[in-house]
Formats: sequence, C-alpha cells, structure tokens
Amino acid sequence: MKKAMHTIAVCALIGATAASSAISINDASANPVTPDKVKVVDGKIKTPLTNKPGNAADGKNWFANRKLGNCLACHVNQDMSSKPFHGEIGPAVNAVATRYSPAQLRAILVDAKSVFGDQTIMPGFYKVDPGQRVAKKFKGKTILSGQQVEDIIAYLLTLKK
Amino acid sequence: MKGTAKTKALSALFAVTMLSATSIFYMQVVKAGDSLKDDGLPSGISKVKVKPATDDGPLDEIISGWHFRSKETKNLQQDDFENPGYLWVEQGEELWATKDGSKGKSCKSCHDDPAKSMKGVGANMPKWDAKLKRPLTLEQRVNTCRTQGLGAKEWKWESREMLSMTAFIRNLSRGMPMNVQADGPMKPWVEKGKNIYYTRVGQLNMSCSNCHEDNYGKNIRADHLSQGQSNGFPTYRLKWQKIGSLHRRFKGCMKNIRATPYKPGSDEFVALEIYLSQRGKGLEIETPAVRN
Ligand code: HEC
Ligand code: HEC
Ligand code: HEC
Repeated sequence: MKKAMHTIAVCALIGATAASSAISINDASANPVTPDKVKVVDGKIKTPLTNKPGNAADGKNWFANRKLGNCLACHVNQDMSSKPFHGEIGPAVNAVATRYSPAQLRAILVDAKSVFGDQTIMPGFYKVDPGQRVAKKFKGKTILSGQQVEDIIAYLLTLKK
Repeated sequence: MKGTAKTKALSALFAVTMLSATSIFYMQVVKAGDSLKDDGLPSGISKVKVKPATDDGPLDEIISGWHFRSKETKNLQQDDFENPGYLWVEQGEELWATKDGSKGKSCKSCHDDPAKSMKGVGANMPKWDAKLKRPLTLEQRVNTCRTQGLGAKEWKWESREMLSMTAFIRNLSRGMPMNVQADGPMKPWVEKGKNIYYTRVGQLNMSCSNCHEDNYGKNIRADHLSQGQSNGFPTYRLKWQKIGSLHRRFKGCMKNIRATPYKPGSDEFVALEIYLSQRGKGLEIETPAVRN
C-alpha cells in the first residue's frame, strides 16, 4: 500500500513537469482568446477559446493534476475510481455531459461565479488576478490555459454515466 | 523520569517519520462516518466541542481540529509519552531557567515557578499591552521580556527556542478555555482580523471562511477540513515533522490558494490570530496538539 502511494506521488511530480512544458506548446499553436475578451452570456460561452479542438485524454490529466485543474480535490469522479482521494466540496461530476452543454461547461470553467454566483468556492480557471494578493509567481496568469480549458470540456463531455 | 519521557517521545517521533513519508502527498483520510464519533479525548482535555457564548457568531458549534483527524493522528495526542510535541515543551522548560543576556537573568529570575506564574497566561493571548499600546502575541511578549528583562536578543519567530518556550508556556494552560479579550482597545484588532478572514485572496480567489466555515467536515482531496481553530498551537505537524507556530500555518494556507502570505508577526497575522482566538472562545487549549 505504502509503495503504491509513493509511485502515485512520483507520477504526480512527473505529471506536473510534463504539464508545464505542454502549456507553452499548446498556447503557441492554438491562438487562444485572451481572458479579458471572454464574455459569459446567460451562463454560456458559445465560442471555443482556441482554434484547436479539445483533447479528452489530455483533459483527463488536467482534471486530476494538482498543479492544474485539481478538479478531483473538490469533485468525486467515478471515471477515476482507481485514483484515491476524491474531494466532496462540489457535486460529483458523474454524467455531467447529460446535464450541461459545451457552452455551459465552458462558462463554468472560465468563471464559475458567473454561473453559480459570487459565493461559490469553485475558482475561475480562465481569469486573471481574481483575488487580492495573488502570489508573484501566478500574477497576470490564468490557472489553466485556453487549450487546457477546451481539453477538460472535451473530457467532461465523455462523462455520460 | 524526564529521560524516559524523551526516549519514548523519540521512538514515537521515529514511527511518525515513517508514517508521514506517505503523508506529504496524500494525508490520511477520515471516512465520512468516522468523524461523527469521538474516540475518547486528547490528553488533558475535557471536551473538544463547545457551544458558542453568543448566538450571533457564525458557528453553531465550535469544534477542535483534533476531532477531524484520523484515528492514528488522534492517538498520538492521547498519550503524552507518544506526543512528539513534548520534546519542545521539555526544551522550553530548560530554557525557562537558563540565564541569557547582559543582565545575567533567566525567566525564572522574575517569574519564579512557571506552573504558578504562567498558568492561564497562554489561554489569554494575544493580550493588550498598555505600555506599547498594542496587543502582543505570546511570541511578542516573550521577545519583549528577552530584550527588556534579560537584555538578550530577540528569538526568531520560528526558531527552536521560540517554539519551545511558547509550547512550554501554552502547555501550562492546557485544558483551560481560550479567553482572549475582544472589547475595548482590542475591538479594532478583532474587526481587522475578521475582515482578513472573509476576504478572498490569491489566484484561487478564496477566503479562510470558504474552507473553514462553509466546508468543514468535508474532504478536500485527501484532507478532511476542520474549522481551522487555533487552540492547539504551537502544533506538532506530521507533515512538518516538527512543531510550528500558528502564523506558519496561516502562511501555508495562504500559499495553497496562491496568495502572497503576510509575514509571521505582522499586524495582519496578529489581528487574524486575535480574531481566531475570539472565534474559538471557550475551546480548550491543547498545546502541543498533533495534526497531519
Ligand atoms: C475548491 C473546490 C472546487 C474546485 C477545485 C473545482 N470545483 Fe467545480 N464545483 C465546486 C462547487 C462547490 C460546485 C457547485 C456549485 C456551487 O454551489 O458553488 C461546483 C460545480 C461544478 C460543476 C457543475 C456540476 C453540476 O452537476 O452541477 C462542474 C461541471 C464543475 N464544477 C467542474 C469542475 C472542473 C472541471 C474543475 C477543475 C477544472 C472544478 N470543477 C474544480 C467546487 C470546485
Ligand atoms: C526583569 C524581569 C523579567 C524577566 C527576566 C522576564 N520577564 Fe516576563 N514579564 C516581566 C514583567 C514585569 C511582566 C509583566 C508585564 C506587564 O504586565 O505589563 C512580564 C510578563 C510576561 C508574560 C505575560 C504574563 C501575563 O500575565 O500576561 C510572559 C508570557 C512572560 N513575561 C514571559 C517571560 C519569559 C519567557 C521570560 C524569559 C525569556 C521572561 N518573561 C523574563 C518581567 C520579566
Ligand atoms: C483551500 C482551503 C483552505 C483555505 C482557503 C484555508 N485553509 Fe486553513 N486549512 C486547510 C486544510 C486542508 C487544513 C488542514 C486540515 C484542517 O485542519 O482543516 C487547514 C488547517 C488550518 C489550521 C490548523 C487547524 C488545526 O486544527 O491545527 C488553521 C489554524 C487554519 N487552517 C487557518 C486558516 C486561515 C486563517 C485561513 C485564511 C487565511 C485558511 N486557513 C484558509 C485548508 C484551507
């Protein structure tokens, strides 16, 4: 058991470095819509943030990655039942594709407050400096790149059960 | 007697080290059902849940962080011989009688028997200092006595000496309810702390209340959220493998939400500490608490 945990930890580390190199490649090729240009209308963002379609396999990685989406910190996801420690702060994302359209998911990911209200704990993943005292390292940056948001949407759309 | 306590604590420390190798990335999980029943109580404590003194507070029930930890972590705080935090308490006891500084004095020279002179002091900190016209945390009080009483240099906030002395003094109030002054000149400090508590910060744009008020009792990834109470500090953390100050914990929580933390000992953290002590009023001092 202990050994398994170590392996997971090591994987998480490798995942993190792989992810950071992926960001720059994706961003360079995909021409994302900048965060200040994104508009939520009626809980939806119809236009994708990038020209390149989202990749569900990548999205699955970003969903679990602690340095990126870390969605698993707050959401149970039965598609990842082999991974330990699903959080229970938000609702389970099981069958989320049957509840929301891609445009709605995009709005939830970009700016959860615009959909759920100001009191929500869910971060806006494509917002620049939403809170006060943003750490230097993260100043002027979004949590996820536009491409990563599209990848996660593609992944969420596979969750039909 | 002291010798055996130390060896036992050391072997516990070793066991803990092994345990926490896994804790760094994935801390022990408490299953939902577990948290509802308490397995006994921490050593020296009569209750870990109290009713708030007034109805206008945000919490229906004030609950110690101990309640939310796994059985293994709880156990370490149920027997003082197993509690690795006692290494620091014992070092603090030694420092109490150690002469230092230009005046050839020790704390004992002025305060004599700490079991009498310091009993209850840790439960009332931070405390208003009429001369300095500001509140002092226990660390700041100790440093004031070091410079003015001993003619010695200040100890650094997170130094072994400061952690040992504050753990020692707070431990002398173990089992006593937190009872910080919140009115009079302390009032603006409580307000300032409250304001910080409810302000969203960092790239994740969260406030202390988002986790410790709105979501306590739930898992956030592998961690079981508590109310973020301050009654156990300085606290032995398995993750740190040592005892640490409350302000160090504040820093960690702010960094996790990708915010620039305030500095340990800053007016902001002092105000936050005062507000938390007021928020947890009535909860018994557990120092040295054990947390993951
Ligand atoms: C800090 C906790 C937190 C994190 C991290 C988080 N969420 Fe959420 N999420 C919530 C909460 C809480 C809600 C429920 C809305 C509310 O009431 O605030 C929610 C709602 C949702 C919903 C709507 C679910 C439904 O069935 O109504 C989706 C989809 C979602 N989140 C996806 C994600 C994705 C994808 C990520 C990672 C990129 C993520 N969340 C990260 C807390 C979080
Ligand atoms: C020269 C005498 C002297 C020495 C030496 C001295 N102190 Fe003090 N200490 C005082 C006085 C006087 C006060 C009370 C200050 C007041 O009430 O305004 C005090 C107050 C305190 C308090 C707060 C007590 C309370 O009731 O709130 C603490 C804690 C304390 N000292 C710790 C220490 C420690 C630890 C040392 C050794 C590092 C030390 N003192 C050394 C004179 C001394
Ligand atoms: C993203 C969620 C989150 C936020 C926001 C957060 N914390 Fe925490 N905090 C935690 C977790 C997780 C722990 C460890 C488990 C527990 O005790 O809740 C913790 C622990 C603590 C503890 C130690 C409790 C104990 O029993 O030893 C204190 C004190 C604390 N937090 C204070 C704060 C303060 C003050 C703020 C705001 C500056 C804050 N936290 C913001 C997640 C958070």
